[in-house]
Amino acid sequence: MNLSTQTASEMPLSSVSSEQTAFLEKHKKYHLCIAFSRWSILVIFLLLWELATQLSWIDGFFFSSPSRIVLCLIRLLRQNELLTHCSITLAETFLSFLLVTVLSVLSSIIFWYSQKTAEIVEPFLVVLNSLPKSALAPLFIVWLGTGMKTIIVAGISVALFGSIISIYNGFKQIDAEEVTLIYTLHGTKLDVLQKVIIPGSIPTLLSTMKVNIGLALVGVVIGEFLSAKRGLGYLIIYGSQVFQLDLVITSIIILCLIAMGLYLCIQYMEHFYKKHH
Amino acid sequence: MIETQPKVLMALKNVSYSYHSLSGEIPALSNISFNIYNEEFLAIVGPSGCGKSTLLSLIAKLNEPEQGTIFVENPDGMIRYPKVGYMLQRDHLFEWRTIYRNVTLGLEINHQLQEERLAYVEQLLEEYGLSSFRNKKPSELSGGMRQRAALIRTLALNPDILLLDEPFSALDYQTRLSVSGDICQLIRKTGKTAILITHDLSEAISIADRIIVLSKRPGTVKKIIPISLSVAHKTPLESRNAVEFRDYFNLLWKEIDS
Repeated sequence: MNLSTQTASEMPLSSVSSEQTAFLEKHKKYHLCIAFSRWSILVIFLLLWELATQLSWIDGFFFSSPSRIVLCLIRLLRQNELLTHCSITLAETFLSFLLVTVLSVLSSIIFWYSQKTAEIVEPFLVVLNSLPKSALAPLFIVWLGTGMKTIIVAGISVALFGSIISIYNGFKQIDAEEVTLIYTLHGTKLDVLQKVIIPGSIPTLLSTMKVNIGLALVGVVIGEFLSAKRGLGYLIIYGSQVFQLDLVITSIIILCLIAMGLYLCIQYMEHFYKKHH
Repeated sequence: MIETQPKVLMALKNVSYSYHSLSGEIPALSNISFNIYNEEFLAIVGPSGCGKSTLLSLIAKLNEPEQGTIFVENPDGMIRYPKVGYMLQRDHLFEWRTIYRNVTLGLEINHQLQEERLAYVEQLLEEYGLSSFRNKKPSELSGGMRQRAALIRTLALNPDILLLDEPFSALDYQTRLSVSGDICQLIRKTGKTAILITHDLSEAISIADRIIVLSKRPGTVKKIIPISLSVAHKTPLESRNAVEFRDYFNLLWKEIDS
């Protein structure tokens, strides 16, 4: 192996050719265009919305408007309520998400360890996964009362079963020869789990977590609709009951922002992982 | 080596193995008997699907023979299964580990990360020009370097017998000659026993002391051909220049073809 030629070919050229400059320029333009279009759509939508209510094309009382939302936000912030509601919902979502992640990894490990168990449980998992979980929420209230417990269980129930199925399938997709390799090095089944299955499934785990954080939020809001005294879900239900649709729409927008923030958190974790592995 | 009173390391007696599926039983090996001598280089050739890999997995104790037995005879008279090192067709270096952590994987699994073992790994890395790549990821290495890293991973555990399941088949011809040369040299130097599965008849002749020809499925031992070439150093490259090379090739070809 001639190392000197190899490193030479990998070295960046000191002077960049005009073709390369043109390519970089094109690349930059493309991404600028995408970012610009995204923001334009958002701004145009907000402007049209505002305009439509100002010109009474639609009734601001029912459809709210960006200016009404801003006023509502200021009011909520002044009353010092917004932060409480947001943090309650966030805390519940995080807790559900963490429990979903831990429970689904543990279940997947059990299923991987005993294929028989996996096959026995599979139809139940499939049914539970396709069941609309909001249908269960009234039961949770009766069983667990109207409190955080119900809300967290609701959050878990929405994400858990799909998460188990995804992670277990990720485990199964690991190359069988990589498993054999561990046995050829005189390893045990525990070694296979530690050295191949878990590290090999990190990408699957991260992409499942991305889905789960969103689903946990959905579950938590469903729970809050039914049984909460605080939280954004409660705010939405309260707003609709007292016909303060500004409040409802403001809460929904905050939920959008939270969902986006949570997604970005996991995506950041994913980038971090890819960079270091 | 073989000329001086060969010692039997392992003896296969009437070994048979079948794969079972709902669509029926597929016999892979039938009534296989042969000896594996200490410090010999054995090659196994045969048509595709004749159970060559199955045979290695039985010797490696990854599977148990359905019929027959594999006897073990150690020089020290102890009943102890020889330590087996198994090299698979693909290197399976883990992308989430650096080269160094890949080659020490076996030591890690066997809780043998002692200094002397690591020093041996160090020496092997040096010998194969991988020292400066220790902190690289496998994807940053060429095919030949990856296969050398896989070899070091196998050798780190200091096995008594090396099983090589077509480890060169994914390499281009030039790399293949150089990697197989490396492995040959090391095996001869350290006096290890090795069994190589290959499709390449020239490779088998140029490397092995004996060649076992297996029949079509279910695999049986068709013929065992001892190889002796009139060359000073049995390297894969030099062996190919031996006068007997062509005769062995024709003999093997006829055995496999018939």
